[in-house]
Amino acid sequence: MSLLSVSDLRVDFNTRNGHTIAVNNIGFSVEKGQITAIIGESGSGKSVACYSLLGLLPQPPASIESGQALFEGQDLLQMSEAELRAIRGRDIAMIFQDPMTCLNPFMTIGDQLIEPLVYHKNLSKKDALARAKELLVEVGIRDPETTINNYPHEFSGGMRQRVMIAMALINEPKLLIADEPTTALDVTIQAQILKLIAELQTKRDIGVIFISHDLAVVADIADQIIVMEKGHLVERGNRETIFRDAQHPYTQKLLAAIPSNTKATSTKPPEPLVQVANLKTYFETPSQTVKAVDDVSFQINKGEILGLVGESGSGKSTIGRSILRLLSITDGTVTFAGTDVTALDKSGLKNMRRRMQMIFQDPYASLNPRMSVYDTLAEPLILHGLESRKTVEQAVLKLMDDVGLARAFIRKYPHEFSGGQRQRIAIGRALATKPDFIVADEPVSALDVTIQAQILDLMLDLGQQYGLTMLFVSHDLAVVRHIADRIIVLYHGKIVEEGSSEALFKNPQQSYTKTLLQSIPGQSLLAS
Amino acid sequence: MTDITLQAEKGTSLWEDAWRRLKKNRLALFGLGLLTSFVLVALLTPWIAPYAYDAQNLDLGATPPSSAHWLGTDIFGRDLLTQIMYGGRISLAVGFVATAVALLIGVTWGAIAGYVGGRVDAVMMRIVDILYALPFMIFIVLLMVVFGRNLLLLFLAIGAVEWLTMARIMRGQVQTLRKQEFVEAAISLGLGPATIIRRHLVPNALGPIIVYTTLTIPSVMLLEAFLSFLGLGVQPPETSWGLLISYGAETMEEYPWLLLFPGMALTLTLFALNFLGDGLRDALDVRRSAD
Amino acid sequence: MWRFIFGRLLQAVPVIFIVITATFFLVRAAPGGPFDAEKAVIPEVKAALERQYRLDLPLHEQYFAYLGDLVQGDLGPSFKYPGRSINELIESGLPVTAELGAYALLIALIIGGLSGILAALRPNTLQDYIPMSMAMIGICMPTFLLGPLLVLFFGIELDWLPVSGWGDIPGDKIMPSITLGAAYAAYVARLSRAGMLEVLSQDYIRTARAKGLPEWQVVIKHGLRGGMLPVVAFLGPAFAGLLAGSFVVETIFQIPGLGRFYVQAAFNRDYTMILGTTVFLSTLIVLFNLLSDIVAAWLNPRLRAQLSE
Repeated sequence: MSLLSVSDLRVDFNTRNGHTIAVNNIGFSVEKGQITAIIGESGSGKSVACYSLLGLLPQPPASIESGQALFEGQDLLQMSEAELRAIRGRDIAMIFQDPMTCLNPFMTIGDQLIEPLVYHKNLSKKDALARAKELLVEVGIRDPETTINNYPHEFSGGMRQRVMIAMALINEPKLLIADEPTTALDVTIQAQILKLIAELQTKRDIGVIFISHDLAVVADIADQIIVMEKGHLVERGNRETIFRDAQHPYTQKLLAAIPSNTKATSTKPPEPLVQVANLKTYFETPSQTVKAVDDVSFQINKGEILGLVGESGSGKSTIGRSILRLLSITDGTVTFAGTDVTALDKSGLKNMRRRMQMIFQDPYASLNPRMSVYDTLAEPLILHGLESRKTVEQAVLKLMDDVGLARAFIRKYPHEFSGGQRQRIAIGRALATKPDFIVADEPVSALDVTIQAQILDLMLDLGQQYGLTMLFVSHDLAVVRHIADRIIVLYHGKIVEEGSSEALFKNPQQSYTKTLLQSIPGQSLLAS
Repeated sequence: MTDITLQAEKGTSLWEDAWRRLKKNRLALFGLGLLTSFVLVALLTPWIAPYAYDAQNLDLGATPPSSAHWLGTDIFGRDLLTQIMYGGRISLAVGFVATAVALLIGVTWGAIAGYVGGRVDAVMMRIVDILYALPFMIFIVLLMVVFGRNLLLLFLAIGAVEWLTMARIMRGQVQTLRKQEFVEAAISLGLGPATIIRRHLVPNALGPIIVYTTLTIPSVMLLEAFLSFLGLGVQPPETSWGLLISYGAETMEEYPWLLLFPGMALTLTLFALNFLGDGLRDALDVRRSAD
Repeated sequence: MWRFIFGRLLQAVPVIFIVITATFFLVRAAPGGPFDAEKAVIPEVKAALERQYRLDLPLHEQYFAYLGDLVQGDLGPSFKYPGRSINELIESGLPVTAELGAYALLIALIIGGLSGILAALRPNTLQDYIPMSMAMIGICMPTFLLGPLLVLFFGIELDWLPVSGWGDIPGDKIMPSITLGAAYAAYVARLSRAGMLEVLSQDYIRTARAKGLPEWQVVIKHGLRGGMLPVVAFLGPAFAGLLAGSFVVETIFQIPGLGRFYVQAAFNRDYTMILGTTVFLSTLIVLFNLLSDIVAAWLNPRLRAQLSE
């Protein structure tokens, strides 16, 4: 008998914006001692399906229309709230996506850790604390005697996720549901957490449901994979079958979206367009000086895409903004086409801005919500006198064609578009002034994987069409490998390694680069 | 070119979106309607008031509502409806003018502090902090005592208290917006500060300011009524709702309508403004419509 | 934490100093001397009076002498009640006002807090609409209208409760306390509803539910602390508001508290009394603001940690 067997599950949402079927008659089973991954993009219903099993969906707006979910022979969906409560945190435990917000900031982690024990097993506080300390050690937190009295804000993201895992496992549950547990983490931390989950699962021989938007993440750990699209279960199978022999077109599309190839290095002779010399950008806080960028020198050649890679806090975004003078730098020079950008006066800077543009990470924040597509795209054209009032509409329409937006959307506002469409508008705005150089700051990291692939291809195409030079800033090595000619690896504000994409991936020199490369999820997938 | 434009789908700006949501909120619409009619009546009072403001009829004295005096008369035989209409002019004027003063000072102060940032911001907001800690209610009473019950002074004093919150809200808005990527994008396009403020910051900061303004008016009107009730605000021969309530409270045992009607006028206005303010807050919530 | 408290105390000093200075010069700037109005005062007597009240000295000397008195805790004599010091008047009025304020605050916190929390637990149901409509009434019904209305119905029409006094007849404390507390109960209800709604939508509440905790534990252990922070932060301004409200309530119900003294002093142009009470009340408000800031910071571990650095 399966540990959990779900059949015919349907969950609907009734909101004032209408009625949607979030989960449409799906069925799957989870075996003891196995990791079952549920894969899908945002809106696929993967989380809703799992939350509905535990009664964690607010009803209304959600309503469970039909289904059966047998957990050790008992139907979870028929249980009363009290019966479900007895199961939650004891037999079925959960970990969530964002460890920053999932721990109560007002309670010490010790108090939060022991809650399930005290509540479900009636342990004394002292015994519970002793057990909590054991678990903290098990999930790799040193010095549990002190850390147990700390508050969540005193931990890093990865450490908090370890605490969450300890809290979930403290009652030795039979099933663990992990909802995107590594999505908010840096890639090296992600690798550690994935390893920890796999180890603990094997050791305890429990069942795990691992929810993720990213096939690559589960490629190394999942036994079984379920693929969901818009509420439907489109494919299921064991790992090998899914990766080698996916049947459903959507699964194939997801697999294709995993950037895997290395871009061929261009053969053009290098001709520098941007030169960064001894760049230092420091931030003063009341208590200390943060050296975000600490003495960095490099150059970007005409027509090339340079990838700038690093984890959070590496200073990669700061470098991009320093080059564009969106931040004031502490020391060093930035030369663009022979002109020292750092020494430009107001009018010189305005002219220079026409030639250097930026694409931002968050397509929800990078567009003024009160300006229509037309307003957004026309603003730079008129500002720099590139088009007259009469011709500007034609130029805007041409830009929309270039970035793949339907012309009919010209009067629409940002909130009426999806994330991918918004990023297209933002790209259009950056291209409006026909710049020579673009800084792209994590332009795809906020997007669903299939959209990610589309936007990356669009950027590559437009790069060719407009003859662009690009600085591509990203935390995602796979993405950078796909798009960049050369790569610079940053760590704590300094350059660790620099080389062509091919050389860097094949033969990394520095140990940090090696760790970074080993942390890329889905190694086995790439190898095959 | 024209035919393409004609085919363009109509977009819904956030303002249109907000207006659509506000229209669905019956309480807010009721508030808006009530407020508009009160303001209209106040503006037209000299022409539509049933009696002259200073018309007395000492022989008549206080009478309950009748066909000649819809809301009755006070102890001097003055028509209560007329009194309430003229009182409303002052009460509403104090509410609107003092709020306008607060709006002007607060928004300018907050916008400058938020936009310039750094040391200027630190000094400007420190001043606000210190002023915030001052017990202003007591100071206004003191001002009224020392300089006499001067209406202009009352406007200024109340406005001077209320601008502090306005400045804080505006600064918070500008600071948050400044960090938004679309403002960075505007800078990297080469737009100057004036254009950025006009096109990118102000339209986005407006929502909370509108809401807070709507909610400031009732609190200012309350403050005026409070002072007038204590005899420290509006003085005869002028009158205001607070003053009428105070007179009414003195004689409520014999002539309860003298308390009830002015009280109703004030409370209804406060209801209208608060409903409208709450409705606007829900309607203008930008984050909600972004999802 | 102690450094934070100490630092905030230090910050309060200039504020109190500004209050004292501003009040002093404002009062002195008032047109006409305090004894000008008294027709029958003989010049010699007036001179003697002025000497007694130090009015013969140059302004800056008066100011420094006054500061000197304040440091020793002496708020000076009253013009209108010869022979009585302001300290005595405050000593007699403060306990009454403090008691009234305490009841009002309790009413505000208990009734307001409970109804706000209940409303937040079932938003957009009757359990939400009823208390929130009451709160709206509370906000739109000013103290000086509510008081007389209560007197009219419960005091005069129904004759259930005494209409004036404080501690003279049993039950005479009920109406003043309710009158003063009602508006603040309304504010607290709205604040705690908003705060709880915000907190209950947080991810960590979902974590608590996923642990299998019963709903009341989720709300009380995990929700309450964060949800009540806005209420705690409101206590400072509420205190200032309660003091101002006591002016009205003590006038309506003829309660011999500080507020009534203050209003009477304002009417009588008893300048030393105004000066003394303003300084006293202002200091009280500043200190209470400080207290509410400290409690709010203390309740928030993150803030506490930042402040301890």
